[in-house]
Amino acid sequence: MGLALTLIAQRISLGILMLFAVSALIFVGTQILPGDVAESILGQSATPENLANLRKELGLNEPALTRYFNWLGGIMVGDLGTALTSGASISEAITSRLGNTLFLAAVAAMISVPIAILLGLFAVRYKDRWPDKLISASTLASISLPEFFIGYLLILVFGVKLGWFPTVATVYDGMSFGDRLNAVMLPALTLTLVVLAHMMRMTRAAILNVMQSAYIETAELKGLSSFKIIWKHALPNAISPVINVVMLNMAYLIVGVVVVEVIFVYPGMGQYLVDHVSKRDVPVVQACGLIFAAIYIGLNLVADIISVLSNPRLRHPK
Amino acid sequence: MNFRTIPVSAWLGIISASLFAFAALFAPLIAPYGMSEIVGDVWEPMSAEHLLGTDNLGRDLLSRMIFGARTTLAIAALATIVSFTLGAFLGMAAAVIGGWADQVLSRGVDLLMSIPTLIFALVVLSVMPANIATLILVMGILDATRVFRLSRAVAVDVNVMDFVEAAKLRGEGRIWIITREILPNALSTLVAELGLRFIFMVLFLSALSFLGLGIQPPEADWGGMVKENKDGIIFGIPAALIPAGAIAVLAISVNLIADWILNRTTDLKGGRGGN
Amino acid sequence: MATDPADEQLLDIRDLKIGVTVREPGKPPRDITIVEGVSCTLGKGKVLGLIGESGAGKSTIGLSSLAYGRGGVEITGGEVFVNGRDILKLSRADLNGFRGREVSYVSQSAAAGFNPAHRLIDQVIEATLEHGLLNRSEAEARAKELFEALSLPDPDTIGNRYPHQVSGGQLQRVMTAMALCPKPDLIVFDEPTTALDVTTQIDVLAAIKKAIRITGVAALYITHDLAVVAQIADEIMVLRDGETVEHGTTQQIIETPKEEYTQALVSVRSIIHEEKQPSQTPLIRMENIVAGYGRGPAVINDVTVDIYSGQTLAVVGESGSGKSTLARVLTGLLPPRSGQSTFEGRPLTNAQKDRPLDDLRDIQMIYQMADTAMNPRQTIGTIIGRPIQFYFGVTGKALQDRIAVMLEKIELPSDMANRYPAELSGGQKQRVCIARALAAEPKVIICDEVTSALDPLVADGILKLLLDLQKRENVAYMFITHDLATVKAIADSIAVMHLGKLARYGTKTEVLSPPFDDYTDLLLSSVPEMEIGWLEGVTASRKMQSAGN
Repeated sequence: MGLALTLIAQRISLGILMLFAVSALIFVGTQILPGDVAESILGQSATPENLANLRKELGLNEPALTRYFNWLGGIMVGDLGTALTSGASISEAITSRLGNTLFLAAVAAMISVPIAILLGLFAVRYKDRWPDKLISASTLASISLPEFFIGYLLILVFGVKLGWFPTVATVYDGMSFGDRLNAVMLPALTLTLVVLAHMMRMTRAAILNVMQSAYIETAELKGLSSFKIIWKHALPNAISPVINVVMLNMAYLIVGVVVVEVIFVYPGMGQYLVDHVSKRDVPVVQACGLIFAAIYIGLNLVADIISVLSNPRLRHPK
Repeated sequence: MNFRTIPVSAWLGIISASLFAFAALFAPLIAPYGMSEIVGDVWEPMSAEHLLGTDNLGRDLLSRMIFGARTTLAIAALATIVSFTLGAFLGMAAAVIGGWADQVLSRGVDLLMSIPTLIFALVVLSVMPANIATLILVMGILDATRVFRLSRAVAVDVNVMDFVEAAKLRGEGRIWIITREILPNALSTLVAELGLRFIFMVLFLSALSFLGLGIQPPEADWGGMVKENKDGIIFGIPAALIPAGAIAVLAISVNLIADWILNRTTDLKGGRGGN
Repeated sequence: MATDPADEQLLDIRDLKIGVTVREPGKPPRDITIVEGVSCTLGKGKVLGLIGESGAGKSTIGLSSLAYGRGGVEITGGEVFVNGRDILKLSRADLNGFRGREVSYVSQSAAAGFNPAHRLIDQVIEATLEHGLLNRSEAEARAKELFEALSLPDPDTIGNRYPHQVSGGQLQRVMTAMALCPKPDLIVFDEPTTALDVTTQIDVLAAIKKAIRITGVAALYITHDLAVVAQIADEIMVLRDGETVEHGTTQQIIETPKEEYTQALVSVRSIIHEEKQPSQTPLIRMENIVAGYGRGPAVINDVTVDIYSGQTLAVVGESGSGKSTLARVLTGLLPPRSGQSTFEGRPLTNAQKDRPLDDLRDIQMIYQMADTAMNPRQTIGTIIGRPIQFYFGVTGKALQDRIAVMLEKIELPSDMANRYPAELSGGQKQRVCIARALAAEPKVIICDEVTSALDPLVADGILKLLLDLQKRENVAYMFITHDLATVKAIADSIAVMHLGKLARYGTKTEVLSPPFDDYTDLLLSSVPEMEIGWLEGVTASRKMQSAGN
């Protein structure tokens, strides 16, 4: 167990290091514009005087390194700064929106993960026959379809023509869980369709890889039933690659959320980010970018840790 | 190459991709109306005059689609060129040179890839001037990380083969090893990847334009056209689905071609059937 | 089931036909016949050896006695009776009841055959429990007895380990125990010792033989090595291209083979090579070489060897002995930590990239896997022609002529020049690699296990070609191999390597004559000889020795 623990500790510290590097990268990325935030806020109407005032107000006269550490220090205590455009606290604005985004992503995951794994198993069962071919063709289609095509098609069919679900995903405080679920159904379905085929395909590959191992043949030649072969011999070895697949697709899903939220006018992090990119509200963009990146890195880290934990060579060293 | 060995799916891909390319190249000649010419009512249905109907301002949708093909394809192609030249060159170099150069490049790419591409692009675009050059560079550089990983991996795979060692032992120079030993064995993978990267660029650009951060109106591009016409959806007007569908069809076509090229590669390598 | 009459056979294969559908991308699927009407029978407690080169269909026949086809292989005709019933007609459920109970299987790679996620003991007794033959504690007790019978260390606790915690030779024995545990009537051994080092092979072979004797199980023993099967089988069936060549008792096959093909197999490695005496000055001297990878420990330690012009130095050892590392030092790909190589009396630059072109040309290399040693995108002509062009600046028609001459030297037709490597057979590929090395007109060629991946008869052809070329071109060979039979066939001098050190070094006669050091003795006595009773002789003499100690 010692080896595995060391490795996990290593991965976690690497993840934290990565997070710091990413925060620096995001900070630097927003400093490369010619001129500065003050100019872009004031635009044409800028006079040297009010520029200087605004710079002072925003703390832009400090050296970049000081500003970075101020920003980072703020994040550590949960203070993401204030939005330039509204003057409101970013942390407050983000809290409810992050909740909404995670809710949407969770619903999409609840729908897509079981379906993807089941269909992946199905494709393995009927390898090289039509269900498998259909699945691989649908993968091709799914990686080619832009999110807004799927989204607006669903709106047109299920929202406008059939009227089953609302066309705009409005959620507000105090909404019942059922209503909320109903509201996010179409965006969640859109996300599901975006990740489903890919996840299914990767699940198929992971399971197939295990099913083609020599120890599966050994089990077959022992006369074990198909069920026992899958349960005792395939599953313990397939679980980690499959969880890996799921985690990677969750990371993908989090990014897909940005476009889907705009399509459905859903009050989540993605829309918040996009709104403020066009308004050039740098502190908000930095905060949202960092949160998205943190979630992404976190999911990848979890996938890493699970694969360490499930590797018998690491759990039981020589 | 024998044309008969090309499967039907690849033919479909080639024909449809060529049609798009043709429309993009000769847009002013084949478009029935001008790009921003207002020729009718808002969201007119499909008719003999306006084959795809009109858009949210009463412009001919087909004409805008054709001009949009030009913008979308051109920018995606330029960004692909940036991404590929940068990524493939650095990737191969990292694999062949190895050592610290490889370490620095690879860790840098790891870092860039730890932020989702779209999110990173949004962060950068929030401060950069909104113009086409910025778009191409941002898309190209961010995507170069993927090309870097792939070409490095392929080159590393080939580089450890005995025939490369044999060439090194013979005393061949680095140029011969890269161009004669490694490249021919990596080429089809890279060509297929070129197709996939191009598609990714089309989708990426369209997503940015759809979010209002890509090509700015009145210039026509498919992602932006979806944005312009999206409000019609609620009234049951499918105008927004037409540019969205065009993106999907183009993407599927190029994917079919890339799939065929990849399959052909394994075909050449294989030949082990029968024991 | 009816009681078996004495004359009834345990296994009765009648006119077995097996095929496979090959699906290559971009081409229509085509059917290939692997086994073409093979018949044989096996009595209770008997051992039948199936022998043949790769592609002979021996594994496929072995698996058919479990009614199993690997990777799309299908039994297309014939019958396979086990204990009097045709197992090809069994239902899925009956088949599950049959497999692992009446017939069990031991594969070539136990490392891949065990599930990495479970402890060994659970896998060993799994079939026994599945078929309800014993309860858990009885099964575990039986497994431990079998571990003991197979001479495994710590028989009581070894089962608690995971597969990766046990060595290759031990794992192969555990797999044999796994096959024996449900007390089957027949075990199929599919090349169980092929992947092992020669000194490990003999232990596993002896253990398997003992276990067969104790338990009285019948066995199908599949191998490409006639000397191995001669130790263990009562009868031998020789297969080629899916057909039976000859079938007889072990004694008859080994001592009086009837068919030409069998005779060739029996007499393989019968090359007579007159040993040449070392000349005054060596062509190459590698002196006190110490080398290792990265910051790791030294892989070779203080090794000194000489290579003489026009002669062969064989470097022999098991995996991990450092023999390939020695070759890498000579090529300059791995500069030594200390020590010096000299070439024709002058110091040879350590790092390959700093060596003058003439030195590079003088030292050429041939690899074990001809497949990966040739660029699949270059024609044979380009592959052979490039050194000529590169070192001698020959181009155009003159180059084509030189390529044709090279092809003639390796006994391949001249129209091969336009083919690609994928179109050639394994032996032809290795010949092309020889031609590429020879085209540089080198003084020494490093041959790294060049015959290990080839079937015995093909390997024999390559060795003969190499000897012939040495005579005509006066080229020296540094011949890296694990195979002592090869060494005996071609060497002038021999370096025996063990754990990175020279265990023994000298002319062939010196090295192969007693008195031996312990390791060389172990190595030499472990090489199976084509002689019935050899295994017993060796194990008996080893027991006597250890008793004497």
